[in-house]
Amino acid sequence: MTLHILMFGWEFPPRMSGGLGTACYGLTEALTGLGHRITFVLPRDGEANAAPFLDLRSASDIPVSDADRDLGTETLLRPLTFRSFPSLLRPYLHPRHYHTLYLSERRRAPETATVYGPDLIAEVLRYSRAGGILARTLSFDMIHAHDWMTVPAALLARRISGRPLVLHIHSLEYDRSGEAADERICAIERAGLERADRIIAVSHRTKRMIVERYAIDPQKIFVVHNAVSRAEARRTGRDREFGKRKMVLFLGRVTFQKGPDYFVEAASLVLRDLPDVTFVMAGEGDMLGPLIERVAELGIGDRFHFTGFLQGEEIERIFSLSDLYVMPSVSEPFGISPLEAMLYDVPVIISRQSGVAEILKHALKVDFWDVREMAAKIIAVLKHPVLARAMTTQALDEIRKIRWENAAERIVSAYRELAPK
Amino acid sequence: MPSVCLYFQVHQPLRLRRYSFFDIGRLHDYEDEAENRRILNRVAEKCYLPAGALLLQRIEEYGGSFRFAFSISGPLLDQIERHRPDVLEGFQRLAATGCVEFLNETDSHSLAFLFSPREFEAQVIRHRERIRSLFGQEGFTFRHTELIYSDALAAAVERMGYRAMLAEGTEKILGRRSPNRVYRPAGRAKLKLLLRNYRLSDDVAFRFADRNWPEYPLTAAKYAHWIHRIRREEAVVNLFMDYETIGEHQWQETGIFDFFRALPGEILRHGDFRFQTPAEAAATHDAAGEIRSPSFISWADDERDTTAWLGNAMQRDAARKLYDLEPAVLGRKDKRTLRNWRILQTSDHFYYICTKWFSDGDVHRYFSPYESPYEAYINYMNILDDFSQSVKHAKERNHD
Repeated sequence: MTLHILMFGWEFPPRMSGGLGTACYGLTEALTGLGHRITFVLPRDGEANAAPFLDLRSASDIPVSDADRDLGTETLLRPLTFRSFPSLLRPYLHPRHYHTLYLSERRRAPETATVYGPDLIAEVLRYSRAGGILARTLSFDMIHAHDWMTVPAALLARRISGRPLVLHIHSLEYDRSGEAADERICAIERAGLERADRIIAVSHRTKRMIVERYAIDPQKIFVVHNAVSRAEARRTGRDREFGKRKMVLFLGRVTFQKGPDYFVEAASLVLRDLPDVTFVMAGEGDMLGPLIERVAELGIGDRFHFTGFLQGEEIERIFSLSDLYVMPSVSEPFGISPLEAMLYDVPVIISRQSGVAEILKHALKVDFWDVREMAAKIIAVLKHPVLARAMTTQALDEIRKIRWENAAERIVSAYRELAPK
Repeated sequence: MPSVCLYFQVHQPLRLRRYSFFDIGRLHDYEDEAENRRILNRVAEKCYLPAGALLLQRIEEYGGSFRFAFSISGPLLDQIERHRPDVLEGFQRLAATGCVEFLNETDSHSLAFLFSPREFEAQVIRHRERIRSLFGQEGFTFRHTELIYSDALAAAVERMGYRAMLAEGTEKILGRRSPNRVYRPAGRAKLKLLLRNYRLSDDVAFRFADRNWPEYPLTAAKYAHWIHRIRREEAVVNLFMDYETIGEHQWQETGIFDFFRALPGEILRHGDFRFQTPAEAAATHDAAGEIRSPSFISWADDERDTTAWLGNAMQRDAARKLYDLEPAVLGRKDKRTLRNWRILQTSDHFYYICTKWFSDGDVHRYFSPYESPYEAYINYMNILDDFSQSVKHAKERNHD
């Protein structure tokens, strides 16, 4: 039986800032490949030809009448009042730094910046109204929403259509901000988690957090790990220049969640024993300034480089120059970038506090706080080419087996339990 | 007269401590004492003591008709001599019955033959002497670590005076012939070969508690019936397995003790059948044919070769670097250095680095103290680095 799914997402290639867009692309491609129809709602203009397999809609194109303004989104999320929300909320960044970062990213990468506009909550609101309108005008079997930004829209659509809601959690507020979590975002997450008919978590770790933080019934939560798209899996590694200085890469937002500070401390330990290694930190974020100072203080500035925000070909180039990729995340619901590194034949070290650690065998794992162990493992990979080669050869085989088709099948089985018989 | 030849391998490695890169040059003892003692104590309580008592009681009950063999590895002898004299005494009581043969092997449970024939011989001699002094037995039968076997190994073993040797009864060397006969290694005049019947052995060692196995539950009566059905001219059924099968790999709750309690009686119920030790079986049966094995075989994994220890580049790198140190180690003429070098030779360390995860993975993971083969390799290479530095620095000092 073909299902028609109304899907709410916040980003989609080529406009995206993180793994969420990549995951939505891989997942919708695989779901439509299984014969299901998807209407995918984005907040702003999508590039329709980016995904011919989808019915891609942008909320900003949907005319909102005065009647639609009062659909009752606010009461859905009581006791919250949207109007009182400050305008600089963000999905991934700390509020204190959101605006500065927004401005700096807009300068560097205007396309990315528009995905998360300067007034995010107003956007979330507008978006939810569009969700309500679509729910009234379209016929569909299932609602599938990705992360907190789409929760108001999805709840509204559920109320109007009476269709079941599957909430897909790629990242929780606690992952992004730790104990500094924003209570208002947590409240939206809670409303979504409590009212969704099924929850999909990208890892067992995320499922555990949902159960512990929000007291949600674990029976309601399915774990479906992310995967690698077929187009990506066709890419192959390349020969690294012989005899050049070894390079160790950190790539990601330079924020609390990603543990960049642990990477800096590990680098300084490594450099004491292996002085001829280069460390590269690629990305932007609120911890960048303090970390540049810390690198200077450690006196390793000649071996530690900051590239700022990279995208597109720059990312490909930095991966292909790397001899090792380290993901020291403090809290990572899944973490798709190690899979990318593996596609470039780069061995990876990942934190045990990541969802991807649940499925990767051919990676070294380390507790993010154990800087000595992180340094020791970095040294091991750099010192023993035999180890690096063994890891990357096996990893390439492993990664080709992590397919979106399998993830999509698991998600469909969750749909089936909900679909009217 | 057909016979059943039962041999138990008794082995626990000296596991290495977690050894970080930052420990190199600072820490020079490599054993994980606490973990080794913890595991030794657990296995002693679950297997060595109760199984030993059971076997002794069966020997007494059947007055010499129940006979079998042990091969006790050097690393385990080290550990029970140091920490569990009660376990050692248990083995000595069994030896005193005259019904138990103690086999010889490479003292460090090593792969030395594949890298250094000289070191191989030194380890066999050392193990032979230990068995002689602890159990009062002269080595007659040899079995190599992990039942590794080849033509060249058979030649070396015969040269050292052995008259029987054990190997895996794989089709690789048997073709369509039966494992239940005594064979002669190609080109050897005195040495005889006993081949493991892997189906019957693994029915107990691996499948005993498997509820999905159609033959579950396996009773001693059923098992003896299978053995009694074997054609009479096929004279020797070789059941070789880890001693830890009794109570450790197969827990007491599975009924494994009841199985072994009843087995002697069930086998001997058929008047034509008897138990023999490997030495007795080799002495009383003529060779039914020749076995040729130009390459190495073993009892491990589906491949029955040496790839569980030396199959990937990390394993070969670690082993080659270890044996490259031989001249320097011997040059030291220092007991502690030699002992450390030999601890690092135990095959288990290489087994932990095995990456054949997708087919045989579960067995490897069950036995490995490491999170992954990569961690095992890193740990081993850190220790080897420290060991290598200590050997070489001392050499420089000697030149002064």
